[in-house]
Amino acid sequence: MTVETREARQPIILLTPALSTIGLLLIVPLGFVVVYSFWLRTATGADQVGFFLDNWVESLTDPFYRDILLNTIKIALITTVVCALAGYPTAYFIARSNGNRLVLLLLLMLPFWISYIIRTMSWINILGVSGAFNWALMSVGLTSEPIQMLYNEATVILGLVHFLLPFMILNVYVSLEGIDRTLEDAACSLGANRWRAFLEVTLPLSLPGLAAGGLLCFVLGAGTYITPLVLGGPTDAMFANLVFEAIITQLNWPLGSALSLMLLVVLGAVVMVYNRYLGMTQLMKGLQ
Amino acid sequence: MGTVTLENVSKRFGGFTAVHPTSLHIPEGSFLTLLGPSGCGKTTTLRMIAGLLDPSDGEIFIKGKSVNNLPIYKRNLGIVFQNYALFPHKTIFENIAFGLKYRGVSKQETARRVRDVLDLVQLPHVADRYPKALSGGQQQRIALARAIVIEPDVLLLDEPLSALDANLREDMRVELKRIQHQIGITTVFVTHDQSEALAMSDEIVVMSAGRIEQQGQPEAVYNTPATEFVARFLGASNVLPATTQVMAAEDIQVETNHFGRLVLPRKRAPQIEGEGRSQLIVRAEKVHVEPAGQTMDGAISVPGRIEAVDYQGQAVRYFVRVGDTQLQALNMIKEHPFEEGAEVSVNVRGWDCTLLPEAAA
Repeated sequence: MTVETREARQPIILLTPALSTIGLLLIVPLGFVVVYSFWLRTATGADQVGFFLDNWVESLTDPFYRDILLNTIKIALITTVVCALAGYPTAYFIARSNGNRLVLLLLLMLPFWISYIIRTMSWINILGVSGAFNWALMSVGLTSEPIQMLYNEATVILGLVHFLLPFMILNVYVSLEGIDRTLEDAACSLGANRWRAFLEVTLPLSLPGLAAGGLLCFVLGAGTYITPLVLGGPTDAMFANLVFEAIITQLNWPLGSALSLMLLVVLGAVVMVYNRYLGMTQLMKGLQ
Repeated sequence: MGTVTLENVSKRFGGFTAVHPTSLHIPEGSFLTLLGPSGCGKTTTLRMIAGLLDPSDGEIFIKGKSVNNLPIYKRNLGIVFQNYALFPHKTIFENIAFGLKYRGVSKQETARRVRDVLDLVQLPHVADRYPKALSGGQQQRIALARAIVIEPDVLLLDEPLSALDANLREDMRVELKRIQHQIGITTVFVTHDQSEALAMSDEIVVMSAGRIEQQGQPEAVYNTPATEFVARFLGASNVLPATTQVMAAEDIQVETNHFGRLVLPRKRAPQIEGEGRSQLIVRAEKVHVEPAGQTMDGAISVPGRIEAVDYQGQAVRYFVRVGDTQLQALNMIKEHPFEEGAEVSVNVRGWDCTLLPEAAA
C-alpha cells in the first residue's frame, strides 16, 4: 500500500465506528419506520403489509393532529423563550464569576444525575394537592382548601423549562466564556456605559450560543412526551403523546410511524430554516 | 489634551498591595512610560488611571479634575489594549466609529474623521474589512486609530507592541511615536521592554514591587540608575562591591577589588554622601574587551579570561572571568570575536561607571 492510499483511507477507517453506529441505530430503524407508515392496521389488529396512503392521509388532513402539532410548537416556543430569558443571565453570572466557576457548573450538571422522569414527577410533590406548596399556603392560612395547580399547560411549560434550562445555560455559557472581556472594557473606554457595552459587544458575540441553546430547547421540548404525560391535563397532549398513544396504547404501529415521521419532518424543517436565517453566517464571517 | 496627576494613589487586593502610595505628574503632551517587570504594578496603575480599577487610596486628576468618582465611559480616554480588543463582529469602520457614536458626531463628520484617522495610521483601504482579515500590525494600528479618533484627553497604551514580532515591533515603535508627536497627546505607555521605553519616552518611570524606583528622562535613567534594580533592569549591568575613599569637589575616588582605584565624576554618584561601602555599576557595553596586554586611554586594565561567547551579529556579549567574578561585556565586533577561553585585557573607565550606596540588606 502506498503512503497516499493509506492516507486517503485513514479518514474512512476513523469514521467507520461512528458511521456504522449511526447507520445501524438510526438510519436502518428510520427506514423501518418509513416502511411501517405505509402499512395498514386492519380491524383484526394485524398489520396488512403493502403500500397504503391511509395513515398519511389521516395524519395530514385530520384537524385534530394539526391542532396538537400547532400547540406543541407553541409550547416549545414559550419554553424556549423562558429558558433564554432565565438562562442567559445565569450563564452570564457563571461566566463572569471569579474562581468558583467549576462549582457553579457542577451544580448545573447535578440534576442530570437524577432521571428526567423522577425530576418531572418531583413537581407532583411540590405543586400537588398534598404537595409542599399547598401545605405551606395552608399552614400560613392563605387558603383553607388545597388548590389544584398541576395538570395544565403552565405546569407542562414549567416541567419543560426545568428539564431544558441547563442545556440553554451551558450553550450560552460556552459562548460567553469565549468572549474576551477586554472587549467590554474597550467599549466602555470609548464612551459606552456597562449596559450599552453589553448590548453592543457581549450580546451579539454570544448570539451563536443563544441560538444553539434555543434550537436545542425547541427541538427537545417539541419532541417530549413525558412532561405532558406527567404534568399535563387531558387537553395538554403534545404531538409525541399522540405517537406514544398510537404505538403503545392502540398498538397501531403504522399510524404511529406516520405521525412520528410527520413530527420529524416538521422539526427537521425548523432546524433547516433556522440554520438558513439565524445561522449566524453574517456574524461568523467576522470571527473567522 | 490634558495632564494626569496621581496623588498618593495605592491599590490593595485583599492583603496584597499591588501599588504602594504613588504620586506622579504627567505634563500636557508628554509621553510617559511605566516600565517594570510583570507584577510591578505598572498595569494596575494604568488601569486605575483608565477607571477600570478603583484606587484603594489617593486621588487621580485628569486635566486638573478629580476623576475618582467618574466612571470609565465619562473619562474621555483613548485606550489601546495589549490584545487590541477590536470588536470582531464589527467592520473596521464600525470599530473606529464606535466612540464617535457616543459623542453625538454626525454621519458625515464620522465618515470624515474615520477616513482621516485611517490615513493617519496609513491604512486607508481597510474600512469595510473585519478585524480578523487584518494582520497583527494592522490590527494594532486600527486599535490606535479607534483610540485617538475620539480626540481623548489622554492616551493609555497597555503593552500595545508586545504581541507583535520583533521587526514589526521596532517599526511600530517609530510609527507610534510619530503619531503621538503629530497629535501631541498626553500619553501613558506601559511596557516591560526597556528598549521600547528608552526609544519612545519623554519620561520613564521604573517600577518594581508596586513602588517607583526611579523617574526621569531616558538618558538619565539609563546613565544614572538610582538603584541596583534599575541598573540591572535597563540593560545588562555589572554590580561590583566598592569602597568610597576620597570625596572631592568634582570627583570621587573608589577602591574596588577588581579594578583597583577608579575616579568618577560627582554627577555619577548623586546619592553618595560620604566615604564608606558602596556599589559600582558598570554597564556591559562599558566593559571593553581587548587583546591581552593592550590597554585603553584613561581606563583601568586587568587581565581576564573569556568564559562564554554570545554572538549577536554586529555585537557580541562576552562573559569574562576577572578574579572571583564573572563580568558581562557587550562589545561591537571589530574583526573577529574572541574565542572561548581566550586570555584578554578587560578595560573600564571611571567616568563610565555609576556609584550607588550599598543596598540596604
